Amino acid sequence: MTEPSLITACRSMLARDLVLAMRRRADVLTTLIFFLIVVSLFPLGVGPEIDILREIAPGVIWVAALLASMLSLGRLFSDDYQDGTLEQILLLPHPLAIIVLNKVVAHWLVSGLPLVIFSPLLGMQLGLNAESIGILMVTLILGTPVLSLLGSVGAALTVGLRGGGVLVSLLVLPLYIPVLIFGAGAVESAAAGLGVEAHMSLLGAFLAMSMVMAPWATAAALRISLD
Amino acid sequence: MAFQNSIIWLYFSSPKNFYPLAGKLIPVFAVLAVVLTVIGLYIGFFVAPTDYQQGDSYRIIFIHVPAAWMSMFIYIVMAMYAFVGLVWNIKMSEMMASAMAPTGAMFAFIALWTGALWGKPTWGAYWVWDARLTSELILLFLYIGFMSLESAIDDPRRAARASALIAVVGVVNVPIIYFSVKWWNTLHQGASVSPTMAPKMAAAMLNSMMIMVFAFWMYSIAVVLMRARNIILEREKQTTWVQELVTNKK
Amino acid sequence: MSDISEFFAMGGYAFYVWGSYGVTAVFMLIEVILVIRNKRTILQRLARMVRMNTQVDK
Repeated sequence: MTEPSLITACRSMLARDLVLAMRRRADVLTTLIFFLIVVSLFPLGVGPEIDILREIAPGVIWVAALLASMLSLGRLFSDDYQDGTLEQILLLPHPLAIIVLNKVVAHWLVSGLPLVIFSPLLGMQLGLNAESIGILMVTLILGTPVLSLLGSVGAALTVGLRGGGVLVSLLVLPLYIPVLIFGAGAVESAAAGLGVEAHMSLLGAFLAMSMVMAPWATAAALRISLD
Repeated sequence: MAFQNSIIWLYFSSPKNFYPLAGKLIPVFAVLAVVLTVIGLYIGFFVAPTDYQQGDSYRIIFIHVPAAWMSMFIYIVMAMYAFVGLVWNIKMSEMMASAMAPTGAMFAFIALWTGALWGKPTWGAYWVWDARLTSELILLFLYIGFMSLESAIDDPRRAARASALIAVVGVVNVPIIYFSVKWWNTLHQGASVSPTMAPKMAAAMLNSMMIMVFAFWMYSIAVVLMRARNIILEREKQTTWVQELVTNKK
Repeated sequence: MSDISEFFAMGGYAFYVWGSYGVTAVFMLIEVILVIRNKRTILQRLARMVRMNTQVDK
């Protein structure tokens, strides 16, 4: 039986993860609803004045996106770890980093993309104009994959641990800070009429760098956790 | 000759030989730390003049700056030990990395604490969202992440390697975090007053601060070596040399 | 006598200067004491373990 090529392995891994995620659609929705609820809480706390809300809207939406994507990190590897498929994945002839990149893409499609799709709704809720919402969506499209990529390193390190969920947030939140700064900063500087290119290029740089480094670190972390 | 050198280096990379070596080095560094601290503080408090602007509150700099530098320096050295431990699978190197984390975290906290107490008289607020203070806070979170990951894993081997990896991932991100926080700070407040000293520091002030940096450095080496010995005993408790050491220690 | 109290007044900034030096000294002292105490407990525990093993062998 010829060995499955890398492409088919990746495609089947991606398909498998998406099917698994769709089977438990509730988990997909919890991430999204958590995002919506957290952002809707702020006006209740801060007060309904629209100009204050418009001022804090990018930061609020970005922090909520950060927390929402981190919420679902715990399950990235834990289900496979429990039923043993993670060990099988480690034994695959293909480079583990590529397989892990696939799992992260699946995680992003399930937890990152819905946030991007629903962010205009929240932008309007907090009084952002159309142009800011457009910029917000672009920063989220560039930023949320980085959140999943960096988060996968934390998830791989804490797979199988008892208090794993909380620990992932402690490990990974400091690493999210540059993405948060430039993600929220882009929308703010757009609203202030300053240029946005710097923020976008940096977000793109973070994406490129984490796309290269994170899967490799996650593969190493998995080998450590499961040796 | 080169072969002989590598033997020496390898000789001390085994816990059994490193333990007595560390035992001999600790008193040396401890004494150096005390002597340097006394000299540094003497110059700092009695020789250095009162600052025309800040009066005597600036004397906090003699521990604020060394603590901040040490917290950053220890993190980098910790990450190097972690990297060496991970790549070449050297147990001793991993043990050194986990021995350093608490001291680095303590210095990060001291840097924040003294920074706040110095900020109050100078800018009227205990906490200023200045780029360096914010980066120091994030560095403290990185240390806490390292230590909590290490304590969360029961199997010592996996704990050491997992925390080593997060240290390496962390050190790759430290410059990125530092520059994005600096950009974020100037973006929002413009070039605000940051806690830098007067451009021309009096010689005595500078000398005292540099001596205190070395004093803190000696202190860190002494404490880290002591903690490394504890970790060696803990992780090598199955070996015969530890059991002999424990029995005749009685 | 006044020179001593004047020194401790630190030009009115006594609270801030001695607050930071005090906390630093306390933290460094606590760290050293903790490491030494930790060593003693480890040695005692290992000694007990060795004693138990030797009794088992007898």
